[in-house]
Amino acid sequence: MSEPTARTISDDLLRPLLRTSWRFYLLVAFLGGIVLTGLCTWIYQMWMGFGMTGINNPIFWAFYITNFVFWIGISHAGTLISAILRLVNAGWRRPVTRCAEVITVFALMIGAMFPIIHLGRPWLFFWLVPYPNQRMIWPNFRSPLVWDFFAINTYLTGSVLFLLLPMIPDFALVRDRTIGLRSRIYGALALGWKGTPKQWHRLESAMSIMAIAIIPVAVSVHTVVSFDFSMAPVPMWHSTMFGPYFVAGAIFSGIAALIIAMAALRKFLHLEAYLHPVHFQNLGKLLLMMSLLWAYFVFAERLTIWYGNDTAEVAVLNVTQQGSFAPLYWTMVVCNFVLPLFILSQKRLRTIAGCVIAACGVCVGMWLERFLIVVPSLGHKFLPYAWGHYRPRPVELVITISTFAAMTLLYTLFSKFVPIISIWELKVGGHDVHETPLARSEHAVGELRP
Amino acid sequence: MAVDLDRCTGCGACVTACHAENNIPTVGPAQAARGRAMHWLRVERYWEGEFPDVRLKFRPVMCQQCDAAPCEPVCPTFASHHTSEGLNAQVYNRCIGTRYCANACPYNVRFFDFFNPQWPKPLHLQLNPDVSVREVGVMEKCTFCVQRIKAAGIDARAANRELKDGEVQPACVQTCTAKALVFGDLNDPDSDVARLARSPRGGKLLEELGTLPNVTYLERQTQV
Repeated sequence: MSEPTARTISDDLLRPLLRTSWRFYLLVAFLGGIVLTGLCTWIYQMWMGFGMTGINNPIFWAFYITNFVFWIGISHAGTLISAILRLVNAGWRRPVTRCAEVITVFALMIGAMFPIIHLGRPWLFFWLVPYPNQRMIWPNFRSPLVWDFFAINTYLTGSVLFLLLPMIPDFALVRDRTIGLRSRIYGALALGWKGTPKQWHRLESAMSIMAIAIIPVAVSVHTVVSFDFSMAPVPMWHSTMFGPYFVAGAIFSGIAALIIAMAALRKFLHLEAYLHPVHFQNLGKLLLMMSLLWAYFVFAERLTIWYGNDTAEVAVLNVTQQGSFAPLYWTMVVCNFVLPLFILSQKRLRTIAGCVIAACGVCVGMWLERFLIVVPSLGHKFLPYAWGHYRPRPVELVITISTFAAMTLLYTLFSKFVPIISIWELKVGGHDVHETPLARSEHAVGELRP
Repeated sequence: MAVDLDRCTGCGACVTACHAENNIPTVGPAQAARGRAMHWLRVERYWEGEFPDVRLKFRPVMCQQCDAAPCEPVCPTFASHHTSEGLNAQVYNRCIGTRYCANACPYNVRFFDFFNPQWPKPLHLQLNPDVSVREVGVMEKCTFCVQRIKAAGIDARAANRELKDGEVQPACVQTCTAKALVFGDLNDPDSDVARLARSPRGGKLLEELGTLPNVTYLERQTQV
């Protein structure tokens, strides 16, 4: 395959914006249908009463909170990974960053819906917002749910900015390449971008500020999500380890989601010239590292609980590892640890297909991990008389499935309206190699060129 | 409140009285099987020992009205909050149904309205006008019959006197034929409940969690 030039880069990456096949409409209609079903199901749940779910006493949180933590975890794909790759100036990041940042924004939007879906009275969710009101009352700033509200909003704002900033020059490119209404819309989005040195300078500094600022925000978000659990005196929730454990798990599942998204883009948008096997290999190595870190956390958590031998905590430990949750638990261990370790530790298997298989396993495993954090603990609190079981009901299943469709739909639409690979960054990257070879030699591992 | 487990026979009259007093809906067998039964007060039954040498132990469990209640700080809307009298109040109108308080409560004594409540006829005729009916999507729990406490307080103030010990009785205490349940002011050292709370038999449920519960359980003494 010949090396892409500046000309072909623009042509290749703008093609999805300018040409649309019937398959695209079919896909959008299909996914839109599922999303619509999910919305109707939610309305049905509100109309009939929250009892349509499988939630019961004592398992007051289940699928919805699992999905919430899962999607917020997926959102760490983007911003965090792309910010780190930007800061260490890893050259291979260039085609990857935007696909990753988009996952963040959409996964956060979907994740942030779940605390609302799970409310008993979702129409009153705005009572979490601190505003002067006739009820003469503020939200309770001691509640981790209020911290969540602020953390997620901060992260969403930050990651939208982080996504939009590097899109400005690309919007300008689309503006210059199109005519009529489309040109005017992209022109407005490009915010008067002319490509002057001053503008480039400002863009670069804004991006480095955001890249630095977004990392602590991303870490704090999932820490605060973990606080939802660790602040409550519930066996196996009340743990000092949950903050870093959740952040590690979030980055883990985020990388997995990114690998799946990139493989889909590469196949369906024919981006073979831009997303090389080396990208998947590098992300695969990252995924392997996070898998080991995750396993270390699980080991440390479970060993201390088993050794500590607290009655209530050991009851939860046993029901997860040997009791009714054991099939899910061991599936999780296989998906999150055994499978990635087997595939990704061997160079021979660390192909695109191998990485995708491992990533799918990790997504399943990480969803199960969140489920196994939420449900067994609630079902086995301190008084055995009040123990309980949980089974999801159709409403919860439909809404869960529809959010996966929503993610795919939003991603599909985004890649239709915005170049999914940052065109200008790719071009700049091409020049960098020849201009400053010395400064970049330390990052040469995984470069596009041999 | 103090609960004498030596006296409790596990008859369940307190549970029924609580339902009647506080307009707690009965959810029916299908929902109850799904774990949606609501009993602000429940009588836990435990078997102790190995067969055939077993004995039965009943423990009525209601909201322990903890001084350091885990349910209170986690509520984002102050629906669950501490009153100046030391009760854990639940303001139904403020509740948006995050159910976080129910997770945080180690005693599992908080209940969620999964559906709008219904009372099959003629049960609707015995609803208590002093207690609000809760709509779908809010949490509810034992209030120590706060409506009775308030009413007695108003009466006493109108008569310009102090509340007497034993003047206020929650429905469960009033109904308990065995007098296993005793209610009163723990701040008054001469009250019956304060005296029982000092009993060497006295203990708190899950005291080790540091919730500072205000219900004292007087453990069973008789040996097998």
